[in-house]
Amino acid sequence: MTWLQNNGSWVVELTVRHLLLALPSVAASVLLAVALGRLAHRRPRLRQPVLALASVVYAIPALPLLIAVPLVLGVPLRSPVTLVVALTLYGTALLVGTAVDAFTSVDEQVRDAATAMGHGRSAMFWRVELPLSVPVLLSGVRVVTVSTVGLVTIGALVGISSLGTLLTDGFQRGITSEVAIGVGLTMLLALVLDGLLVLLGRVLTPWQPRRARARRRLAPEVTG
Amino acid sequence: MGIEFRNVGKTYPDGTVAVAGFSHTVPSHATVALVGSSGSGKTTLLRMVNRMIDPTSGTVLIDDQDVRELDRVALRRRIGYVPQAGGLLPHRTVVDNVATVPVLDGTPRRAARTAALDLLALVGLDPALARRYPAQLSGGQQQRVAVARALAADPNILLMDEPFGAVDPIVRRELQDEMLRLQAELGKTVVIVTHDVDEAFRLADDVVVLRTGGVVAQTGTPKSIVAAPADDFVREFVGVDRPDRTLTTAEVEGRRVVVDANGRPLGILR
Ligand SMILES: Nc1ncnc2c1ncn2[C@@H]1O[C@H](COP(=O)(O)OP(=O)(O)OP(=O)(O)O)[C@@H](O)[C@H]1O
Ligand SMILES: [Mg+2]
Repeated sequence: MTWLQNNGSWVVELTVRHLLLALPSVAASVLLAVALGRLAHRRPRLRQPVLALASVVYAIPALPLLIAVPLVLGVPLRSPVTLVVALTLYGTALLVGTAVDAFTSVDEQVRDAATAMGHGRSAMFWRVELPLSVPVLLSGVRVVTVSTVGLVTIGALVGISSLGTLLTDGFQRGITSEVAIGVGLTMLLALVLDGLLVLLGRVLTPWQPRRARARRRLAPEVTG
Repeated sequence: MGIEFRNVGKTYPDGTVAVAGFSHTVPSHATVALVGSSGSGKTTLLRMVNRMIDPTSGTVLIDDQDVRELDRVALRRRIGYVPQAGGLLPHRTVVDNVATVPVLDGTPRRAARTAALDLLALVGLDPALARRYPAQLSGGQQQRVAVARALAADPNILLMDEPFGAVDPIVRRELQDEMLRLQAELGKTVVIVTHDVDEAFRLADDVVVLRTGGVVAQTGTPKSIVAAPADDFVREFVGVDRPDRTLTTAEVEGRRVVVDANGRPLGILR
């Protein structure tokens, strides 16, 4: 642990960089997947092609993708943009299926009643479909978040620094505790973000029945 | 004035003729019930009024204006709609469900909520339920919320598609009483679809009996239909010969008691 004491500020900096790579990627993935998912839901003919494309993108090996992205976009290989774009492609591919399911999960009767009440297209999306798709969508976002936080580490192989740098650096210099800290912190970051998403889900879906809540509501009746 | 179905027809793309040449006028402030066996086109007709379905022939007019010339979203916001069951927005509290259309129309949320609370009282709901979500209500309570929501924008027209079909008979009766009270107070133009003839007779000024294919079997007041069913279909459908509709009087202790064919006393004849 002396290694950590000597390199504390560097580890903090790498953690921040890690977050700055992971969070924009997750956010962009969610936006793209929701847009594509809704498109595929509205136009059933596009559903299969969209899902097939997602599988293909997800099947691209990571290192070739990290090299291809700069060639296509004309950004430097070591630019954070390279990694964010690659991770967004993976994240979107991973999430789009769930996004389609999320929109499909919205009750047809509810949709119909909302239309009959006079929700136009955009009101339908923002006020009905999107909020009601949150429970399913969020389960997918949690997977994408955890997976993206892990994938950020591969950027270190092409020199985009993050907690993954602790792994490459530690291996090269044979510092076991550096590698262990890199692995540990990456996992911790994933777990913390996952926990925050669970909390966000509670805030966004107060209508969902929850066991803990039900118990709290029953409590006054039991005690008096 | 009111709602006019002018020779409307609906043939679905698969060739099903749901409605064929239906004509009927619903006067303003009147309640009309559409009854008929399953698949007779009741829902199809009802949904033509708020353009959830466009007829393939003929015209629907509201106050002499062809609904096809109106913007459908705007039209729907000024027509109250009560779906069968499960039509509440599960992610909105009761008060916010009721406030939905006014908020869509741009009423500030706070004002819409205040008005919604009054509406809850109007339909006989405890204001303590206002903060609950639909899933936390009984079926009867949910339908009361649906009625309050349909009334929120103070529409002239109320469309109800088997609004009390999913609740038990006792609650259904309560809701029907509530409707009668509201209707006496508000005087909306109401079109109600039901497969329950008793409900139609209780609530409606006029009843339209439909047979398969959206063909009118008979139109008239409940009384006139019971008095003179047009044919065997109507006779059978409204149950004119049902034991509980076949009444006789019996002289008991100097008073004339009305009894049905099962011998059940129903009341005193004056
Ligand atoms: N989208 C559709 N495509 C094809 N046929 C349809 C469609 N919707 C309804 N129909 C058919 O049109 C006819 C009338 O349907 P409608 O829903 O209006 O009947 P209804 O009188 O409301 O019946 P119920 O009492 O069962 O609700 C039925 O034969 C039905 O199968
Ligand atoms: Mg129907």
